Amino acid sequence: MNLPEAFKVSSRALYKNKMRSVLTGLGVIIGIAAVVALVSIGQGVSKKIENQISSLGSNLLIVFPGSTSMGGVHGGIGSVITLMPSDATAIANEARDVLYVSPAVRWVGQTIYQNQNWSTTIMGVGTNFPMIRDWPIAEGNFFDKEDVEAATNVCAIGQVVKEQLFGGIDPIGKIIKISNIPFRVVAVMTPKGTVGIGQDQDDMILAPYTTIQKKLLGIDYLNLIFVKAISSSAVNTAQQEIESILRQRHNIKSKADDDFTIRNVTDMLSAIMNITNILTIFLGSIASIALLVGGIGIMNIMLVSVTERTREIGIRMAVGAKRRDILLQFLLEAVTLSTIGGIIGIILGSVLSITAGSFIKIPITINIFPIVIAFFFSFAVGVFFGLYPATKASKLNPIEALRYE
Amino acid sequence: MSQDIKQGNNGIVVKAVGLKKTYFLDAVAVPALKEVNLEIPKGSFVSITGASGSGKTTFMNILGCLDKPTEGKYILEGTDVSLLTPDRLAEIRNERIGFIFQNFNLLARTSAMENVELPLVYAGVARHERQKKALELLEMMGLKGFETHFPQQLSGGQQQRIAIARALVNSPSIILADEPTGNLDSKTSYEIMNILKRLNEEMGVTIILVTHEHDIAEYAQRIITFKDGLVISDTVNTKKDTL
Repeated sequence: MNLPEAFKVSSRALYKNKMRSVLTGLGVIIGIAAVVALVSIGQGVSKKIENQISSLGSNLLIVFPGSTSMGGVHGGIGSVITLMPSDATAIANEARDVLYVSPAVRWVGQTIYQNQNWSTTIMGVGTNFPMIRDWPIAEGNFFDKEDVEAATNVCAIGQVVKEQLFGGIDPIGKIIKISNIPFRVVAVMTPKGTVGIGQDQDDMILAPYTTIQKKLLGIDYLNLIFVKAISSSAVNTAQQEIESILRQRHNIKSKADDDFTIRNVTDMLSAIMNITNILTIFLGSIASIALLVGGIGIMNIMLVSVTERTREIGIRMAVGAKRRDILLQFLLEAVTLSTIGGIIGIILGSVLSITAGSFIKIPITINIFPIVIAFFFSFAVGVFFGLYPATKASKLNPIEALRYE
Repeated sequence: MSQDIKQGNNGIVVKAVGLKKTYFLDAVAVPALKEVNLEIPKGSFVSITGASGSGKTTFMNILGCLDKPTEGKYILEGTDVSLLTPDRLAEIRNERIGFIFQNFNLLARTSAMENVELPLVYAGVARHERQKKALELLEMMGLKGFETHFPQQLSGGQQQRIAIARALVNSPSIILADEPTGNLDSKTSYEIMNILKRLNEEMGVTIILVTHEHDIAEYAQRIITFKDGLVISDTVNTKKDTL
């Protein structure tokens, strides 16, 4: 018997037991749908995180004071005093693979405009900060070198701050109070969005770091140094250059640990991608348990079917069906069931993940690769779980099978 | 038409030489066939009778290539079947043997036409050719117009006629009828037996009939009686013409 004939016999047998076929197929449908949906959502989440992290700025390096290797505990920004503005200047002057450098200090405080007030992050930065963070200015002009040198009371505000303090009013030229110190708003930044959970980059005020150091905090050191490398391939060499410059400037002996930490956004990105990928695989594996259960369901029904149809098998053998023919017939039944279930499951899983993605605001892209994998997986489930019942059918003794009541 | 003429003209279709079959039940040997030597010429109509447990069913299964002898040879049209693999036996059943069973053994929820086609499906015959042949035989069995009926919609006699059409569809060397009238009333039984008789007389089909009913056995030209795994009598049916 050739394949099309066998397929016809098998699909007819499935059609004759419609309800049973649907229920059995449901196991595979649910399993495949769960795998496809969870993997797609997982990929969507990691895509979203990737976008957010790269929104920090391309080729970005951040220098923190203190060493991560000191007891494995990072003391928090500003808790260790090692970074000075002269370090930033030295990096800018000496490191060849560095494009921009911005010193930075950070503070959280209350800001007031007339009767509106808002608690936000105040970043003291250099004039290069918008270039380093790939963060364009929406309105006005960012403060310049003279403002930094003179420690002028000027600031640029993020979209959230603009919304909270000014509402519909044009903020350029208005005076806001940060910890009771007046600052003139000179620029509004473009919206940038949230990084990770809750850290809204638009909820921020940028001012010359010198102003924040002297007038708000009364310090002369830095909390951070932002550095942009000249290209993505230069990020690692830039990191090495910064390290050697700072070690030299801080007089660190060759075997001693750094008293600073350089974070590179690419590393952070790959670390987070690793975690989300592991999570996706983990969720996918859990979902494939459903698929396994579906496969066992197929095996179970096929075994019942073989027993029920013992007489049919006997008749077919008597009129000339070989073992191979019987094996093929029952195997095809299982495979047809599982692949049709798989196709429906892929469609269902895709619809499900797109719907869920639109609810939790995650961009879902349906890739062909996981779909092809899911399809072959459902095929393999049919072969794997159909093989035993089909073999059992093909090994029946025709005499006993014919006599079976 | 005497048996002798046929034998002379056509040769031997079934030859059993020292055929033995022993079943082992928990390592206890139970002999079902002790030693059977038989020759059945082509074109004959033979009845095999005997009480239950006489070995006639075992013999039938071996003749039908559904079972293999423990010892001895079964030669079907010159082929020693006792040495073949299960797959080769399936081919032999497909090409050379037509079965008719007591309980018809038709595929349920499958049309009359497709039941008749079944052996040709396994023989790899193309669809339109299968249908042509099946239609022809159904018509010959007086079942024109019942092609799309399912077995459960038909009477016992009609079902058995479908089974006969199926047995004939691949033009087999022998037709093995195992109690073909066992599930039928006497009127239908005669009808079926007359069909078999006609097939034998008009088309020269070799028919081996297994039955325990004497009046059915006497439709044949030759009656072989089994007892305790042995042939105890092998006679030319003299009453045949009186029926």
